[in-house]
Amino acid sequence: MSPWLQGLTRLRQYPSALAGLGIIVLLVAVAIYAVTAIPYSEARDLWRSGEAWQDLPTSAPPVWADRLLGGDAPRTIRVATDDVVMEQERYEGVRLQRATLPVEFPYGGFPQEVNLFVESQFDDRQPFVRLTWRTPDGEAIPLGARRVGESERISISQDRQLESRLGFAPQVGLFTDAAPGTDDPQVRQGTYELVIEAIQFEETATLDANLVVYGQVHGLFGTDHKRRDLAVALLWGTPIALAFGLLAAVGTTVTTLIIAATGVWLGGWVDAAIQRLTEVNMILPLLPILVMVGTLYSTSIWLMLGVVVVLGIFSAGIKMYRAMLLPIREAPYIEAARAYGAGNARIILRYLVPRILPVLIPTFVTLIPTYVFLEASLAVLGLGDPVLPTWGKILNDAQAQSALYHGHYYWVLEPAALLMLTGLGFAMLGFALDRVFNPRLRSV
Amino acid sequence: MTTPQPSTRPPQAAPGEPLLCAEGLHTHFELRQWGFVRVGSVRAVEGVDLTLGAGEAVAVVGESGCGKSSLARTLLGLHRPTGGTVRFDGTPLNGLSGRALKRYRARVGYVQQDPYGALPPFMDIQRILAEPLIIHGVRGRAERERRIDTALAEVGLTPAADTRRKFPHQLSGGQQQRVVIARALLLRPAMIIADEPVSMLDASVRVEILELLRRVQREHRLALLYITHDLSTVRHYVDRALVMYGGRIVEQAPVTDLLARSGHPYTEALLSALGDPDADNARRQREVPGGEPPSLVHPPSGCRFHPRCPHAMQGKCEVEPPPPDFRPRADHRVACWLHE
Amino acid sequence: MADAPLMEIEDLGLSYATEQGTLRAVDGVDLALHRGEALAVLGESGCGKSSLAKTLLRTLPRNAYPPTGQLRLQGREVLGLPEERFRREVRWVRIALVMQAAMNALNPVVRVGEQVAEPLRIHRRASRRQARQRAAEAFEEVGIPTDFLRRYPHELSGGMRQRAVLAMALVTEPDLVLLDEPTSALDVLTQASIMNVLKRIKHERGVSFVFITHDVATASELADRVALMYAGQVVEAASARAFFDEPAHPYSRLLMAAVPRLHQERPPSPIPGRPPSLLDPPAGCRFAERCPWAFERCGEPPPMAPCGERHHARCWLHPGLGGER
Repeated sequence: MSPWLQGLTRLRQYPSALAGLGIIVLLVAVAIYAVTAIPYSEARDLWRSGEAWQDLPTSAPPVWADRLLGGDAPRTIRVATDDVVMEQERYEGVRLQRATLPVEFPYGGFPQEVNLFVESQFDDRQPFVRLTWRTPDGEAIPLGARRVGESERISISQDRQLESRLGFAPQVGLFTDAAPGTDDPQVRQGTYELVIEAIQFEETATLDANLVVYGQVHGLFGTDHKRRDLAVALLWGTPIALAFGLLAAVGTTVTTLIIAATGVWLGGWVDAAIQRLTEVNMILPLLPILVMVGTLYSTSIWLMLGVVVVLGIFSAGIKMYRAMLLPIREAPYIEAARAYGAGNARIILRYLVPRILPVLIPTFVTLIPTYVFLEASLAVLGLGDPVLPTWGKILNDAQAQSALYHGHYYWVLEPAALLMLTGLGFAMLGFALDRVFNPRLRSV
Repeated sequence: MTTPQPSTRPPQAAPGEPLLCAEGLHTHFELRQWGFVRVGSVRAVEGVDLTLGAGEAVAVVGESGCGKSSLARTLLGLHRPTGGTVRFDGTPLNGLSGRALKRYRARVGYVQQDPYGALPPFMDIQRILAEPLIIHGVRGRAERERRIDTALAEVGLTPAADTRRKFPHQLSGGQQQRVVIARALLLRPAMIIADEPVSMLDASVRVEILELLRRVQREHRLALLYITHDLSTVRHYVDRALVMYGGRIVEQAPVTDLLARSGHPYTEALLSALGDPDADNARRQREVPGGEPPSLVHPPSGCRFHPRCPHAMQGKCEVEPPPPDFRPRADHRVACWLHE
Repeated sequence: MADAPLMEIEDLGLSYATEQGTLRAVDGVDLALHRGEALAVLGESGCGKSSLAKTLLRTLPRNAYPPTGQLRLQGREVLGLPEERFRREVRWVRIALVMQAAMNALNPVVRVGEQVAEPLRIHRRASRRQARQRAAEAFEEVGIPTDFLRRYPHELSGGMRQRAVLAMALVTEPDLVLLDEPTSALDVLTQASIMNVLKRIKHERGVSFVFITHDVATASELADRVALMYAGQVVEAASARAFFDEPAHPYSRLLMAAVPRLHQERPPSPIPGRPPSLLDPPAGCRFAERCPWAFERCGEPPPMAPCGERHHARCWLHPGLGGER
């Protein structure tokens, strides 16, 4: 049996390796799901658009976080005129349309906002709309009347006039029966209604309205300050993080190893040049260079990857591999290979490099999360890719919005948890591989 | 076989040029400080004349640091000689490079001391043996496998199919050395250079490997250069033996003659230091010349052995190095002023 | 030989835990050594001779199981001694070691004189001056000029280093010096001169030696008695005279015939086959598979049977066991 296969069989004896492998398989599955469910271009556009997110609450924690803490914060409620029967009456020259949108409100907290999105089709004369809020007790609160355009957002919770009439912010005043000005108003649970009465001046004109009572919590992962569902970024961050980590690790280790082996084998000025280049490169600080490239040139993730790989090639790894390869250069089997005519390239690639691969694989595996973290750090520093949703960008947004100060812990903890999970998975697998393939660590 | 010459035993009777012919061969290694400042040189091989006829087996005997391994590596083209000439089958090796060097390498097999170290541990035997064939352009998997099987059968590793799948660490030391010999034979060489091929093996296996080398050498009429520190492993396996000391050849003769009537004080010292197993050995002190083996960086003047030699003649031995060809007998050459 | 033996080994066993299972490296070894004797433990690689040496000095690797059986020094059982007492009362006080690779036995940054005096300072509580004095004497004894005391190990040649290690072993005047392949890394001439030193010391001081070696000729240079090991067992124990002139065990005889000799016209003949795996050794005689004289009885494990004065062999062919030679 080949030593490789033997090593892999021995891996089964390490539960940590299996756990790590499990985590990695899970992350890969998520990554595959992400790229198939939301194609790359769609994800990019979705993350940048404002419209797609208009009926989600701002900076809302995930539902489970609130429920776990025993909260009863409202979820978002959407009611559309399409869901109800639209009554219609005709008068001379005009039509009166009336729709009653029921809002079932069983929650313990007030909504974040109340918006009504109205779309209308007409040729010439705008419809005239009057809104009335009806509480479960039957009380009717007029919300005003106005002409509406083709597509309009009526921000009920922003209505200053209404606020002064109610004595509360509208999203509070509309859902309570407390006396105006009460310090701690309580929610009146029950079914509310929004009555929309539209006067249409044209025979073919239409009106569609969509009431959104924004909750305080949202979905599995919550939303950010731009109402974006974090699920998208967390999901899409996975393939980006894995790809970045893997490509950077492959790019650096493979090239580093080959360059180190070439230097060791050829010796002389080639080796000296590689050594000096490495020493110079080792004192160059990676992060400031990346910041400079990001600031002056572009923050594209692929450019960053390129810079990381190029700067990572002539790194301490060269010194390490050199130290490992130097004794192997003198191995009798290498001398034998020379004696039967193997050329330099063959000796480097087939005789030197494979000898230290077993020691290299664990290093390589543990290197992947390092680069994942680097990518996240860059994003936190504001050097994240301008268009792609990534874990680091979530953190960057959270930081910019002072998420922790505002108590939006989920915003920081979710990407952090994924980063830690990635680190944990690769580290557990890597350490086990090290024990399997690195004979010095193997205790019988 | 590619060499059409007849057997050249004894070498002096050889018609025409022998297969391998080295004249005044020097291999020095520069000692450098800080990587570039020259501070001296190790004179590992110093003025060695050597001929090896096709189908002739010759032993080079000497202690560690006498230059015998450097001689082997120089002849293999692994070190560049710093002086002198080497001709193989009529072609000079000096400055040989590229294709010509590769062709030469196909004609010389190499067997090393440490059989486990000589086999890449991450390849199976099949792969190890395929490597030289691939390098020398033997196309076709079937053809390669046929040749591998032939070579394995030749060194007695049968059934070949079992061995091919194994990795070096799954074989015993003797089996590993057989694989190394099979690898040396694969390209149908004209010469095999074996550097201490049995010194790391157990006593019961040593003879097997030596017999194997002798057998393939005779069957294929190969030239064999057998390098060893152990005079007792020389007798039945080579035709002629050379003794090296301090980078020079001090004595050469047919092996039985050398063992029975050695001419050089160093060879005598070696012979009297070694003993065949005997209970009486424990009761007698052996005669050993004092002093240490010579430094190759600062070698003694004149005869390299004179500081340790019991017969050293003052005013002679430390002054002038003895020429290598005093002949106490026709085919016996000694580099010692005693035979002037 | 009426007095009690200096060292007695009885039914010694040692196993290692390996990935393939339990490897029985030493199995039922009985040996006795009298004062002033040199015992060569001879055997090929993997026969258990090095494990035996490590057991005597308790320098076993971590995957070794605790050894079984008895080890008595002057009638006192020491195998069961706690580590600390073993270190204080046995190691280097009663048994000293000379290893194969002299460079590894010496600390490269300490002058050799200091290192040779070190055991005295530790085990004999000698003053610095006394220790230095004794170290100088030890150097003279092994044939190193005393001005070498102030040198560092790398300034000594291989032969000189090996002599220094020997001096270090002798300086505490132990009862027994264990030589583990002391010359196999050295050149022929150096080897011979070290053997000369050992012979002289044995003769003059009456030191007892256990001499572990794979080389038959080297064994004959020092041994009064020889124990030949094969696959974890001693197969023959005899005086050097009996062993080299008239070996009793088939393996001994074949091994003698396999050794290349300088002055012998008859070519040596190899022993076909290879030793059995110690992970799963055969139930009967371990050499039976390679033995040209094997018969049905060899399926049972042969005991060590006497075949002369202090001469034992583990073979069914032996007259003592009813076989015929």
